[in-house]
Amino acid sequence: MPITLHELQYHQLKAVLARLRMDSYARVVFLVDKDGQEIAVQGEIGNLDTTSLASLAAGNVAATGGMAQLIGEKEFPTLSHEGAHESIHISVIGRMLLIVVFDERSSLGLVKLRSKQVSQQLSAMMEEIVNAPKDDSDSPFAEITDEDIDSLFQ
Amino acid sequence: MTFINYASREINCKIVYYGPGLCGKTTNLQHIFEATAPQARGKLISLATETDRTLFFDFMPLELGTVRGFKTRFHLYTVPGQVFYDASRKLILKGVDGVVFVADSQEERMDANIESLYNLEENLKAQGYDLMKLPYVLQLNKRDLPNIIPAADLTAELKRKEEPVVEAVASSGAGVFDTLKAVAKQVLTELRKG
Repeated sequence: MPITLHELQYHQLKAVLARLRMDSYARVVFLVDKDGQEIAVQGEIGNLDTTSLASLAAGNVAATGGMAQLIGEKEFPTLSHEGAHESIHISVIGRMLLIVVFDERSSLGLVKLRSKQVSQQLSAMMEEIVNAPKDDSDSPFAEITDEDIDSLFQ
Repeated sequence: MTFINYASREINCKIVYYGPGLCGKTTNLQHIFEATAPQARGKLISLATETDRTLFFDFMPLELGTVRGFKTRFHLYTVPGQVFYDASRKLILKGVDGVVFVADSQEERMDANIESLYNLEENLKAQGYDLMKLPYVLQLNKRDLPNIIPAADLTAELKRKEEPVVEAVASSGAGVFDTLKAVAKQVLTELRKG
């Protein structure tokens, strides 16, 4: 069953990310599905390859989650990678990952604190999105034809 | 898991290339990468060892075009083929929408194909999927080599259901896009079912 994100929900998620970004003095804030799909992003994207970053972050969390289980933990709820100038903090929020990219303008402690403060709200919003009743009649794909699909490969 | 975003009008789907070590999974992705216009694809990320064996996965986002006003983006992944990387393979199958099994046509790799296919079915089961119900394509790769098993025999041994079977030479690109098209078509057809 696909996950469907409607316009209003998308803008609500973006608003939460925008506030988090401001409060934590971060460069970029992302919301990513655990499977590596980017859900929403907010901040100074510039040339940042957000699709690859989302996929690698999900791989990173999956790998460390696998390690956690091997030592008897359910998962590691947060991951941090600190570089000389740029750093990344990842929080696991249910089936989502909240990724904060920050530089010297911020600190790991502040990012951790602010991420934790919004995690419950994001979790509730995402629950609502995933559990929303599906109405197939308004799906643009209910009427998809073989010709539509073939046209992609011409 | 397919992700439909109404705000950005995008559909995102995940396709995984599976198969034994050195069967040509990464080569499939490399050919797609080289043969696709830069604006239609992102970077090809390879998490590989120093000897170019896939360590964790290869990843490439690919935009195929628009269906009913929605951009269709496929996230293509490969798994590491070597037997001892099984934990990584399991992780990469999470949220998969379609699978390509890349079989190595060489006689001496038959056992490795069978073992890998069995491993695919087991790992899918562990993630709550059933190969019989998943969009799936069987690719018979390396058809240009001298010591290969006839396609009919290989198909008889490896075919699991009514999946499309595509003969390929990934190193030259033959059959690579036919394979991608066959799996993408099934994934998009699934969307029709909701």
